[in-house]
Order: sequence, then C-alpha cells, then structure tokens
Amino acid sequence: MLRFLARRFALALGTLFVLSVLVHLMVDTALDPLEDLRLSTSPNKATLIANRVAMLKLDQPWIVRYWDWFTQFIQGNPGIAWKSQQKVTDLMSGAIQTSVSLILMATVIALILGVLVGIVSALRQYTALDYSITFVSFVLYSLPIFWVAVLLKQFLAIGLNDYLADPEVNWVLVGVLSAISGLFWAGALGGDRNRKLLILGLATLVSFGTLALILTSGWLDKPSIGIVGIIVLGAASAVTVTLVFAGLANKRALYSALATAGLGVVLYYPLLYLFAFIPMNWGWILGLFVVAIGCGLGIGWLFGGSDRGVSMRGGAIVAIFVSVLIFVDRVMQVYPAYYNSNTIHQRPIATIGVETPNLGGDFWVQQLDRFTHVLLPTIALVLISFASYTRYQRGSMLEVLSQDYIRTARAKGLPERVVIVRHALRNALMPLAAIIPVDLVTLIGGAVITETIFGWSGMGKLFIDSLKNAEISPVMAYVMLTGTVAMLAALAADFLYALLDPRIKVAA
Amino acid sequence: MTAAQNSSPRPDDLSRGDNAIEAKEVEGLSQGQIVLRRFLRHKGAMSGLAVLLFVAGFACSAMGIGPIPGWWRFQDPNATHPMQNNGQPTLTLPEWLGGPGFTWGDHPFGQDNIGCDNFAQVMAGVKTSLLVMVVLGCTALIVGVTIGALAGYFRGWLDLCLMRVTDLFIVLPVIVVGSVLGKLLSQMGTKFDWPQDVVTAIKYNMPLILGIALGLILWPPMARLVRGEFLTLREREFVDSARVAGASHLRIIAKHILPNAVGVIIVNITLLMSEAVVLETALSFLGFGISYPNVSLGNLISTNQGAFATRPWLFWWPGLFIILIALCVNFIGDGLRDAFDPRTKRIPSVREMKKAKKAEIAAISQGEVA
Repeated sequence: MLRFLARRFALALGTLFVLSVLVHLMVDTALDPLEDLRLSTSPNKATLIANRVAMLKLDQPWIVRYWDWFTQFIQGNPGIAWKSQQKVTDLMSGAIQTSVSLILMATVIALILGVLVGIVSALRQYTALDYSITFVSFVLYSLPIFWVAVLLKQFLAIGLNDYLADPEVNWVLVGVLSAISGLFWAGALGGDRNRKLLILGLATLVSFGTLALILTSGWLDKPSIGIVGIIVLGAASAVTVTLVFAGLANKRALYSALATAGLGVVLYYPLLYLFAFIPMNWGWILGLFVVAIGCGLGIGWLFGGSDRGVSMRGGAIVAIFVSVLIFVDRVMQVYPAYYNSNTIHQRPIATIGVETPNLGGDFWVQQLDRFTHVLLPTIALVLISFASYTRYQRGSMLEVLSQDYIRTARAKGLPERVVIVRHALRNALMPLAAIIPVDLVTLIGGAVITETIFGWSGMGKLFIDSLKNAEISPVMAYVMLTGTVAMLAALAADFLYALLDPRIKVAA
Repeated sequence: MTAAQNSSPRPDDLSRGDNAIEAKEVEGLSQGQIVLRRFLRHKGAMSGLAVLLFVAGFACSAMGIGPIPGWWRFQDPNATHPMQNNGQPTLTLPEWLGGPGFTWGDHPFGQDNIGCDNFAQVMAGVKTSLLVMVVLGCTALIVGVTIGALAGYFRGWLDLCLMRVTDLFIVLPVIVVGSVLGKLLSQMGTKFDWPQDVVTAIKYNMPLILGIALGLILWPPMARLVRGEFLTLREREFVDSARVAGASHLRIIAKHILPNAVGVIIVNITLLMSEAVVLETALSFLGFGISYPNVSLGNLISTNQGAFATRPWLFWWPGLFIILIALCVNFIGDGLRDAFDPRTKRIPSVREMKKAKKAEIAAISQGEVA
C-alpha cells in the first residue's frame, strides 16, 4: 500500500510539473501585458513600454520567465500580481476560504439530494415518477450555469425580497407546489392505486397546510423552530432514521434514537443560555457538534443489545440532525434584527458579494449574513451537479438491483427494507467514490462562473480577473492549486475505492 | 396434435417470458438494423432529433448559409434599426392562447438598447453554436478515435504516453483551459504583429477556430474509452483470424475492430457535443469565447444581463435556445445509448402485456380443443 501511494504521489508530482510547463507557456503566449500601452497616447510611450518590458522580462525567451516563476514557486512564493502590486499569497488567502466554503457546501447538498433522488428513481423504475425525474435531470444537465445564475439573481432574489417587503400570497403557486409535492410522495412511496391516491391527497394537504401556515402566520417575519418544533422534528427524525436503518421492530435502536432526540430537547434551553453568555466562534460550535455526536453514539452504546452498531449509528445521525436544528433555530432568532438593520434595507437575500460590508453584529448575525449570501450561488451550483449525481446513482442502483445476490436475498425471505438498505445500497454507493473527484473538478469550473456573476471574490473570480488583466502569477497559482486539489481528490478516491471494494487489488 | 407437441407447445425457450416480444421482433435482422429500430422507437430521442433538426433548419434558413441568403429581412445581426415600441418584441400570441392574434412583426424577439434586431442575433447565435458543436465534435472524434485506437491496439509506450496526457487534461476544469485557449486565440494576432488580413480572417472565423481548439482539449475522455474498447476487442478470436489471414494492422483496426467499437464512439461523441454547446456559450459569456463581429448565444446573454429588469426578452430567447439545443442533443445521446446497449429491454406496456396474455390463453385453449 505504501509503495502504491508513493508511486501515485510521484506520478502526481510529475503530472503537476508538466502541467505547470504547458499552462505557463500557454498563458504566457495568451497574455499581452503591453496591451494598454500600445493604445496609449502618452508622449513617453516608448519609455513606459521599455520599463514594463524590463520589469516583466518580456525581451527574454519564455523559458527564462518560466524558470524564474518555477524557482520562486517551489520556494513557496507564488509571486506578485504586477498590475496591482499585491502579493498572490495575500490575494489568495481570502479567496481560498470563500471558494472552499462555496464548493464544499454545494457538493454536500448536491450529493445528498442527488443520491436520495437517484435511489428513489431507481426503486420506482419505469414509473411516471422515474420518467419525470429523468426528464428534469436532463433539463438541469442542459442548463447553462451562467443563465441559471443570472436568472436566480434577477428573478428569485428580487422576487423574494419584494415578497418579504410586501407579503401577498400567490395561492396558485402554493397550490401547484403542494400538488407537486403530493405527486412526488405518491410516486416515491408507491403501492396500489388506492394507497397512491391516499398518499397523494394527504401529502398535498399537509404541504398546503404547512405552506399556508408559514405564509399567513407571519412566520417569515420572525422565523424560529422553537422547542415545539425541535420536539416534533426530533421525534420524526428518530423514527425515520430507525425505520430506514434498523426497522421499527428493533426496539433498542428506536429507543436510543428517541432518547438522543430527547436529550437534544432537554438541552435546548441550557444551550440558549450558553449561547447568550459566551460569545461563540466556530471552534465552540464544532466542539459542541462533536460532543453531540459523541452523545448519540454513547446513548446507542448504552442501549446495547446484540446489534450495538446499528443503535449507535442511529443515535449519531439523530444527534447530527437535532444539533443542526438547534443551530438553525439560534441563527433564526437574530433574523428580525438583521432584517431591520440599516445596512440590509429590508432586502435580506443578497445578490452580490460574500458578506455585507460594515454589518457588525455577533457570531450569529454573521452566520445569517453568510447564509443569505451563499444561498443563490449554492443553488446555482447544486442545480447543475445534482443532475449528474441523480443519473449516476440511478444507474448504479439499477445495476446492483439486477444482481443475483439481491434475488437470493429476496428469495430467502428478507424484508424489502433490509434487501435495499443492507444489501443493495452499500454496493450502489461505492462507485460514488470514483465520481466525486471528477465532479469536484466540474464544480470548481462551475464556481468560476458563479463567482463571477455573484461578485464573490473567490479563486474562480481571481482567475478570470487576472486573465483579463494579463497577470500571469495569480493565474498560475490558481492552476497549480486546482491541479493539486484534483490530483489529491483522485488519489483519495483510488485509495478509498481500494479500501471499500476488496475485489480491487492495489497494484504496487 | 400429438402428445409430444402438447407437453411443450413452444419449443424455443425465447418465445416465452420476458424476451417473447423482442425475440420475435428482431428475427432475421442485422445488428445495425436492430440498433436503428431501437433508436427509431425511442420517443425521447426521436422528439429530440425532430426539434433539433427544426431549430437548425429554421436558423439556417432564416440567416442563410454561406453565400445563400436567408429569408429574414435583416441579414446582418449587428446592424442597428430605428427603435420600435421601445424595443419590445413584436411577436404576439395567437388568439387561442389569449393573445391579440399571431403576428410576426419587424422585430419578433425585440431589439436591444442600441436597436439591433434580437431575432437576427439569436438566429445567428444558434448557427454559431451549432457550428461550434459540429466542428468540436468532429475534431474530438478524429483525434480521440485515432489516438485511442492506436494506443489500444499497439499498446506499449504510445499507450503509456496517452494515459499520462489524458491525466493532464482531466486535472483542470474544461472551462479554465478553455478560457486560456480562448484568450490565446483572440490575442495571438495583435501580439505577434501578424498582417492585418490574417488578423481579420481569424476574427471572422472565430467560431470555426474555437471549435477546433476546444476539440483539441476535449478528446482525451474519448481516447480513453476507445482505448479501453480496443484493449478488449484486440484479444478476440476474429482479430486473430484476420491476422492469420494476412490482414494489415490498418485493415484490422479499420475494418475489424472499429465497427465493433462504433456504439461507444457515437454515444460519447453525442454527449460531448451537448457539453460543447454549454461550454461554448459559457466561454463567450465570460468573454473568452466568441466576440464581435460574431454573435454567440452566451455573448448575447453576457451583454444583456444588465438589462434584465428593463428588457427581459433579450435574456430569455438566447437562453431558451441554448437549453433547447443542449436538451435535444442529450436526448439523442440517451436514445443512442439505449439503442446500442444490448442489455436494454423494451418494457412492453400494460396493454401489450394483457394482449399477449390473452393471445397465449387463446392459443392454449385452442390447442386443448384440437
């Protein structure tokens, strides 16, 4: 294994080196740093050109410039952007964080949604639901991301802000959305005709009721989940998680999931006091999150039984869910103040930038501000990459479901839930390890466009701006960084795949 | 009827169960005919093909091809016209859709803020997109298949080089390499002081050049697939027998192996082309693709995105056509994949199943009567 890693690592370094040579040559040829001076009418044009030629060594062959860059780069100095005279490291430090948060969030959301919808689509193969999901994913696949992004910006953001300022409920839209949700659930849960009709009616009614309650009760002006919401959602999550991963017959798993949810409810008020008295930061939040997962695992362990792992897993998943709920609830509490703050002008959905300048406020206000900014770019990225995950997951699930061992599992009388979750799902998820790094590269590319449109000063925008400004150092830094990330992702995927699938032997 | 016949009324196993309908349908057909039939029966692919052909025909006939002028009255998309009705579209809905009656008008898709006819621009953009798509597809096809075939057939150092080169291309997002390449193409002429007529020629033929250039960076996945296909096919018996019969390498590659790999190639080139449409528009949107005097759908959206609040039609039409083209090509690709995949089974509809069952029962009862 070590030899395999070392070999792959050496290969990756070699590829990066060749990449740097090729891209440097290409970018160096493409950029014209003298463009503005050629058109200039200033009397000392010749001196200006001579100065710049000397500064950027334009009179020397390309290899000299490459060597300069390369020797600097391997010493950890990616150079300066000559036009603004800023260090590339300074430019990048903020940009990396921005891009990573955007891409990470989009990947996680798209992955979860795409995989879930793909599995549902595969389980209901050749039904109306499957055909609709296929059609929608094809449409999403064909959408140009820049078009979606501009549309979101000009349509969704402005529409939402207008609505928040002057709420007038569009009942037709609410009805259509409820009907779509009803149709989705009826198709997803399946069954015979009567059952489908029942689910259709129930799901439509519940969606309509929920939407109507949210829209008419003024919840949007002062959103919160509250203790009641956490009790209801926590219990629901506990039951769902148990239903999917253990089956409701497994009482220990059910009780441990419910107990975890109960612990979350009990800790709700103490946590609010903690949040009020101690100024929060990400260190605290992550620490509390880890503690919560630990609690979930611990409760599952305490309930014990012959199948401890299942209870522990269920407890941990419920713990994650409940802690996210408590976090979201706390962020929601600052919304009225945020909405009415004089830097927001009562238009909370932002269309430009990473954060509101001069906003101030504590940790929670900043989180809310980040959320309102990250919302649209993330939707744009998720829409694009969701489609490919859905298609991929559907295909892989169908392939697994047609295998002989699935038929064996069914033949020996296992319940369908066990067949799907334990036997099919695990194997159907494995190929994701191969597709995620590829998709990550696509997402980085998508982020270039999204960042440009939404004015996020991330890596992608830095790349585009530098390319337009004829500054080679930031471009090269971007290329090298992206290349490294892609290489590492591919390496991690190979490694993971070899770990997950015992059939794959690592060629040392 | 004799007893022996009664015990097995249908001697061939294929005529029972899942494969009954399919086996009967493909009787006596060649592989190519089966694929063609499957493709022609794929509703999504057929509608995609019809819409794509219609869009292509409409755009080309409106704006003309090469020296042949089109039927649209404004042939120059960049010419400005006096503003009519504040640039609003003159296209109106027919009465049955609640409009005042169908009219075409002078500027059916409206005008932009300097008075250019949006219909002419969008149609020219569609033509550009299709041109780039086809050129890119052909380039990637030729390069990818050649290199993949050589690497898969001869293996050895060529194969090794190819794998390393594809690694290189897969590392960077296409849009990043495309941007650098687009910048390179648009900048080359002025930077190296090429003669004016060369610069102008490059400028006017940008879609063609961009298509070739992008094709030259998009071939590696194709080459990889073809290589994989060749690696397995070259070990098969028919290749050995061709070699024993004295066929040359070129003949074996072109006549024996390539026809067997054609399914993978066609499917992937279609999917590549749908990707190409979106890529070209995205590059033009960023300003590194096609620019004045050529018109591209992405470029149109880019210039008009600021005017969304006042002139949304400048934004809707180009976007609509991008989606339409990409969607159609995607559907065609999906249909081709299903058609070439031997595992695809046509699922008979409920009605067909019932009919078959009734026929079977009728046949059995008839047999009993006899």
